[in-house]
Amino acid sequence: MAIYKDVLETIHMLERENLDIRTTTMGISLLDCFGRDHKAAAGRVYDKITRLAKDLVQTANEVGDEYGISIVNKRISVTPIALANASSTEEWLLYAKALDDAAKAVGIDIIGGFSALVHKGCTASDETFIDAIPYALAETSNMCSSINLGSTKSGINMDAVRKMGPMIKKTAYLTREQNSFGCAKFVAFANAVEDNPFMAGAFHGVGEAENVINVGVSGPGVVRTALQGMEDATADEIAEVIKQTAFKITRAGQLIGREVSSRLGIPFGILDLSLAPTPAIGDSVAEILEVMGLERCGAHGSTAALAMLTDAVKKGGIMASGHVGGLSGAFIPVSEDNRMIAAVEDGCLTFDKLEAMTSVCSVGLDMIAIPGDTPDETISAMIADEAAIGVINNKTTAVRVVPVYGMKAGDKVDWGGLFGSAPVMEVNGFDSSRFIGRGGRIPAPVHSFKN
Amino acid sequence: MKAIITVIGKDQVGIMYGVSGVLNDLGVNIEDVTQTIMQEYFTMLMLVNIDEAKAGFKQLRDALEELGQEKGLSIRIQKEEIFDTMHKI
Repeated sequence: MAIYKDVLETIHMLERENLDIRTTTMGISLLDCFGRDHKAAAGRVYDKITRLAKDLVQTANEVGDEYGISIVNKRISVTPIALANASSTEEWLLYAKALDDAAKAVGIDIIGGFSALVHKGCTASDETFIDAIPYALAETSNMCSSINLGSTKSGINMDAVRKMGPMIKKTAYLTREQNSFGCAKFVAFANAVEDNPFMAGAFHGVGEAENVINVGVSGPGVVRTALQGMEDATADEIAEVIKQTAFKITRAGQLIGREVSSRLGIPFGILDLSLAPTPAIGDSVAEILEVMGLERCGAHGSTAALAMLTDAVKKGGIMASGHVGGLSGAFIPVSEDNRMIAAVEDGCLTFDKLEAMTSVCSVGLDMIAIPGDTPDETISAMIADEAAIGVINNKTTAVRVVPVYGMKAGDKVDWGGLFGSAPVMEVNGFDSSRFIGRGGRIPAPVHSFKN
Repeated sequence: MKAIITVIGKDQVGIMYGVSGVLNDLGVNIEDVTQTIMQEYFTMLMLVNIDEAKAGFKQLRDALEELGQEKGLSIRIQKEEIFDTMHKI
């Protein structure tokens, strides 16, 4: 029977190549929970999350067991909390604790949505929200935060960008006992998407339904294996194989996502096929570039190889699922990818090359450890650069950098687990403070004359 | 509902006997079997129907896993749909 060949191929993907459903993320709208009395509102937030998500973990585990494919993370994303309109750190912390406690109560890994959308401007409430983020990240363990600072339609909010450097440094300081780990739970976006199931940037957008199940699939190891033995293949032949592989992975995710959503009685939202590496051997995006023929990730040619990879993954994924969304493409988080770490340690992969690669990957500068004494304005400037790449090119970009307190370039930091370890990377030492100090807004780009 | 059982490991006496014994006890009908030696490993694939099974999926999976541990084999059971979905347009 022909199916048996497919069975063995699938088993191989599962056992040897780390094919998994990276995350099942339940999106929950909290718009009906907010109100003037923030203590009561935080209570309603906790109650709603624990009520709707109480069976999420068990259901996901059951479905994973029956189909023989593990769902690694169970997560929740909620309406951007900044919409709660609070006005002091104490009030914001009520919400942060409610989210964190709810996540622990239902047994999920991470909850995302301690977020604000300020791509055109900040309300008075948003300003206090940004000030509260470092404390919220320091005082919670399972909660992630994000800010959207720019969009192709509205430009870049440079007043908010200016605030990011000091905010991130403060988070690094407050969580210095854990190697500034708080910063790994925060991401600064441009063109953030409302249905992303991956952390740290997941939130349940205001355009979303009451309750939804989004699924994130991964599998860099599967793609790498598919390309092995193709030494003489041309670029278009490689792209074709990546596309076919992405199709198969996405189909598995689609099946699992639909099954989880039907058992929970919650609509299926989107499937996000993103090649997301983990520190496990063989689960690396950088290694795919090596198999394509680059000595190390970061060598000249890396941007082209990554562009082809990201595009082929999107094409295969779109064909395979009725609703592809989120970020769909390839992630390049340095600390979570063992071949990328090796490339940094060998001096092949630099901060600047990473920035170039983010113009074609699906997110941005991700999980990069930088010296603890990096000036505030330099961090804001990195975020401005990355936002500009996203805004001009009409794509999502993000920055998740960790200025590790007390560490300098060349040191190594270890966060453990999925977050991995990273060499502290050197950053450009020249001053950006006058530019960042200006604030204001970078106007929305022209949508024509694209040369 | 159909499921696929895959048995992979070192060839030995009584693999078929053991697996079909578990299936018999739990009321699972075997519809097709194929087996081969691949790269020195015994590989058996079995298409089964679990509509009439006397046990839930989890119990069936646990029973097969237990047998696998006893004999030093990897035994998996997965709903057939996953393979169909992944490999057909």
